[in-house]
Amino acid sequence: MKKKLRNIINDSSSVFALILILALWQFISSSGLVPKYMLPSPFDVVMAFVNDFSLLMGHAKTTLMEALLGLSVGTALGFVIAVLMDRFNLFEKSVYPIIILTQTVPTVAIAPLLVLWLGYGLLPKVALIILTTFFPITVSLLEGFHSADKDALNLLKAMGANRMQCFVHIKLPGALNHFFSGLKISVSYSVVGAVIAEWLGGLSGLGVYMTRVRKSYSFDKMFAVIFFISIISLVLMYGISYLKKALMPWENKKN
Amino acid sequence: MEKLTTESITVSYEGKKTIEDISIKLNKGEIVSILGVSGVGKTTLFNVIAGLIKPDSGKVFLDGRDITNTTGNTSYMLQKDLLLPYKTIIDNVSLPLVIRGEKKSKAREYASKYFEEFGLKGTENKYPHQLSGGMRQRAALLRTYLFSDQVALLDEPFSALDSITKTSMHQWFLKVMEQIKLSSLLITHDIDEAILLSDRIYIMSGSPGKITDEIIVDEPKPRSRDFLVSESFLKYKKRILDELES
Ligand SMILES: Nc1ncnc2c1ncn2[C@@H]1O[C@H](COP(=O)(O)OP(=O)(O)O)[C@@H](O)[C@H]1O
Ligand SMILES: [Mg+2]
Repeated sequence: MKKKLRNIINDSSSVFALILILALWQFISSSGLVPKYMLPSPFDVVMAFVNDFSLLMGHAKTTLMEALLGLSVGTALGFVIAVLMDRFNLFEKSVYPIIILTQTVPTVAIAPLLVLWLGYGLLPKVALIILTTFFPITVSLLEGFHSADKDALNLLKAMGANRMQCFVHIKLPGALNHFFSGLKISVSYSVVGAVIAEWLGGLSGLGVYMTRVRKSYSFDKMFAVIFFISIISLVLMYGISYLKKALMPWENKKN
Repeated sequence: MEKLTTESITVSYEGKKTIEDISIKLNKGEIVSILGVSGVGKTTLFNVIAGLIKPDSGKVFLDGRDITNTTGNTSYMLQKDLLLPYKTIIDNVSLPLVIRGEKKSKAREYASKYFEEFGLKGTENKYPHQLSGGMRQRAALLRTYLFSDQVALLDEPFSALDSITKTSMHQWFLKVMEQIKLSSLLITHDIDEAILLSDRIYIMSGSPGKITDEIIVDEPKPRSRDFLVSESFLKYKKRILDELES
């Protein structure tokens, strides 16, 4: 991930494209082709971000807290479900299709329902994040468990290993790579989930901030918060890559 | 003294007999090969001995004790080294001790004593992908040995190696075996390898696979590379080729 990011930034042609887009955007908004209040210039957006910096940080704290809480519980839940599915064939066969079905319901559609059921506090937000984040974890972990080498499992069995030992020494470490791919998806879901849940009510959070600036037609602030949210997601994803590196030292020594 | 014996083992897959009436024995400290073409059922026989599959009929005895259908008695090594990529070499080879319930630090300490003898010194904290194929097989054999110094089942352990590496691995194997005296059953489809390494050779052929001949390689050990081009070697080879032809 880090490498990819650096590659993208190092790649001079993409830097050039980025500058071009920013210049074009600046030109369109300052030339008056689009009314300035509807499309603020990049400079306006940066200024909006700087002016509202401490306010944004306060809201970000709320959003991040919700996201991380939901992500933690979602990850734990996803892990438990994956382990159960791997252990009990019947459980996988009966529950997996249902879980897939629930994932076709868009987040935005269930959010209002959760608010009606659970109120305007922390609970509906965390619940929504759990619902959206456990799935990628379950799917990726399960795939990892299933990809365990049959011969390696047999070898451990021949050594007299029990089920738990097979899990700890083969299945779990073998699924780490898959797990981190799932976690990368879940982490961005968690931020987006938190923001969407906040749209529907609450006292603070980047979603609440978004709702407020939307009501006052502050397009510059709107753009600022949108970019801010994607930057947060990127930073979190970068954090996951870092965690992965720390937990999988054998991957670093390749080549 | 008999270490391991099998008593008329028969196995079928999906109703079709794969191996039939296999009775072999392995004496203490012996290296015995099972030689046969691919698909004859050599691995199937090993799986029965290791307790991984149930035979239709027949029994396996270790030191006179019935071990049919039980795992954890004989150790196992395949053509694939099956070293776990996420464990260092020392943790890989000491895994059988950890499985048995030994503490990780104790297991490492015990395993590290053998690195010199197995020609693995300096690889303790490397990961498997940092080692050559030959070195990985050495580590796999050490793991096998640490699992059980009773009987090792070696299923084509050298067949994935290039011929130069293989030749040096054969010499290494004979040397290590001389020291550790591990009673071993060696599966191979390489006639030269069987003659060079074994005290006895069982020929397995037919469908279902049966033991059709037993050849005693009565040559002094250690055997050098010269043995491979000696007249007596060729005699053994001719006899085996004739047997496989018929
Ligand atoms: N699990 C299995 N299910 C069905 N057939 C099998 C299975 N394992 C092996 N066989 C068949 O049994 C025969 C013997 O296989 P194997 O013991 O692996 O032979 P070898 O090790 O001598 O090459 C082969 O024809 C193979 O296709
Ligand atoms: Mg085989």
